[in-house]
Amino acid sequence: MSLLMEQALNGVQLGVTLFLLAAGLTLIFGIMGVINLAHGSLYMIGAYAMAAVAAKTGSFLLAFPAGLAAAGIAGVLMEYLVVRRLYARDHLDQVLATFGLILFFNQLTTILFGRQPLFVEIPDFLEGSVMIGGIVRYPVYRLAMIAVGLATAIGLYVLIARTRLGMLIRAGATNREMVRALGVDIRLLYTLLFGVGAMLAGLAGVMAGPILSVQVGMGEQVLILTFVVVVIGGIGSVRGAFIGALAVGMVDTMLRAYLPGVLRQLMAGPDADALAAGLSAMGVYMLMAIVLLVKPQGLAPAHG
Amino acid sequence: MDDPLKRAMAPRKNVRSVLLVALALVVLAVLPQLADMFEQPALVSLATRIIILAIAAASLNLALGYCGLVSFGHAAWYGVGGYVVGILYNHYVSGDPLFGLPLGTDQMLITLPVAILVSGLFAAVFGALSLRTSGVQFIMITLAFAQMIFFFFVALKAYGGDDGLIVRRRNSLPLIDTRDGATFYWICLVIAIAWFALLRRIVASRFGAVLAGVRQSERRMAAIGISTYRYKLAVFVISGMGAGLAGALMANHARFVSPDMLHWTQSGEFMIMVILGGAGTLLGPAAGAAVLILLESQLAAFTEHWQVILGPLLVLMILFTRGGLSGLWKLLRGGSNG
Repeated sequence: MSLLMEQALNGVQLGVTLFLLAAGLTLIFGIMGVINLAHGSLYMIGAYAMAAVAAKTGSFLLAFPAGLAAAGIAGVLMEYLVVRRLYARDHLDQVLATFGLILFFNQLTTILFGRQPLFVEIPDFLEGSVMIGGIVRYPVYRLAMIAVGLATAIGLYVLIARTRLGMLIRAGATNREMVRALGVDIRLLYTLLFGVGAMLAGLAGVMAGPILSVQVGMGEQVLILTFVVVVIGGIGSVRGAFIGALAVGMVDTMLRAYLPGVLRQLMAGPDADALAAGLSAMGVYMLMAIVLLVKPQGLAPAHG
Repeated sequence: MDDPLKRAMAPRKNVRSVLLVALALVVLAVLPQLADMFEQPALVSLATRIIILAIAAASLNLALGYCGLVSFGHAAWYGVGGYVVGILYNHYVSGDPLFGLPLGTDQMLITLPVAILVSGLFAAVFGALSLRTSGVQFIMITLAFAQMIFFFFVALKAYGGDDGLIVRRRNSLPLIDTRDGATFYWICLVIAIAWFALLRRIVASRFGAVLAGVRQSERRMAAIGISTYRYKLAVFVISGMGAGLAGALMANHARFVSPDMLHWTQSGEFMIMVILGGAGTLLGPAAGAAVLILLESQLAAFTEHWQVILGPLLVLMILFTRGGLSGLWKLLRGGSNG
């Protein structure tokens, strides 16, 4: 029971991380019509900036905003220099140009920080674990991640549903030509939105830093999972991204936790572990295939 | 031939381009001798690689360039083709039965068709699922499915898992020594020419016309009464078969297969080759493959961190030249590139 509970919390934690990435990706796609492969690079930039500042100053409280700022600035620059020119292009051009950006960012990070993964300590005040409901001890840091992720989700909901900026975002998603015609500076809105998406990705990277190793290529691993989330949830839908992220986080975590045990009943230990690792890595893609068979537009499509 | 429709449909004969292709073929045919003459032994191996990747890129182009299906997962079919060769060879050497039958072989006349069939089968299954979506979803789904197949081969410990499989000797052909580099180069060249000729026929056929129609407006094709799904699936499978053929040849060339062949960056590179050379042109992907591989090998000789140069080059190419190399050519000549 306590194991199940712990794994469920791990699933939620992976889910909120994926949500932070998927929300940015799906908003950027929904509003600007741009598919940004380099979204994972922003996640990596956030993690690296945080790790570098933490190593220099030893302060998590400085490193945290530094990671967010680095991802945000990188995102705005990316929009201003490259992505802005891709709005009118087809998806193929967008994919290839942002693929070029990934090559650049990965190699640049290798030049700056080397190939060795960086490790970041969990800050003192989030160290240790707490008892939840008398059933399970759970690390404070992971709980904090879940809290920040959920708070961001609520904040995003308020931003989109309750503010003027959110109104423009929703209007832009429905008909961007009309928004432009009504005199809204759509370029500024786009840059702003891209910056917000980048900071969300950076936030995910910053938070994942202390529990994963910070290394080149971390962005692509999570990017492809994020794609799965976005497809499952329905492209352009933040609500769908939330549902999809939790589903993917949960399925992935549960398969990794329980599949080896199940398979070990059927075959020899090492073989079972290898097969379980493969099957659980494939699990989320199967989930996606099933969702697509039933609802090709995703679970919570943006329009209609 | 007085039918005006037929005359309009007939391809324009361009003497200059025919001569150019003929010249290129002659140069390619005597390339091993040229390499000997200029004492560049590495050239033959490099050229073999380019020819093999050109087959894969041209196959992707059939789906991407002619039919508008932006598949971001073609490395999967390429890798499956490679693994067919690797696995069959593995069983041939060890003598272990495959599916309970003594199926291992090192005969190229068997391995290549099997590789084509198996990758076509994979492409049919995953294509049937992926084609339920379109646009961006299709891009993401082909990527995700390719990633799934990638993880499958990583987990396949019986065939090397992460480390891949070594194919110690190239598959053999009756009467021909495939172990000789130049001979293998010619084999690949002949197969590539045959494949491009087939693609040319496909594109010029009624089927090809439907593909172009789907690219331009799927709704219009549906309105005419054409079941577009079937055509898209068919072209996806043919395209996957071509990628599988290339993978099988690459397994023979490199004498090694590993999950790296299925890595998503490989899919990205195929797409770059197609765009670089010009999507929707017959020989463009071959030119794109040549340029990309030569560029990579030149940059890699220049710096270990060549991707830091290639990445921005790619971005600039997409932003400022439409239609890849031909767009660049127009740009340099000062013409408009609309």
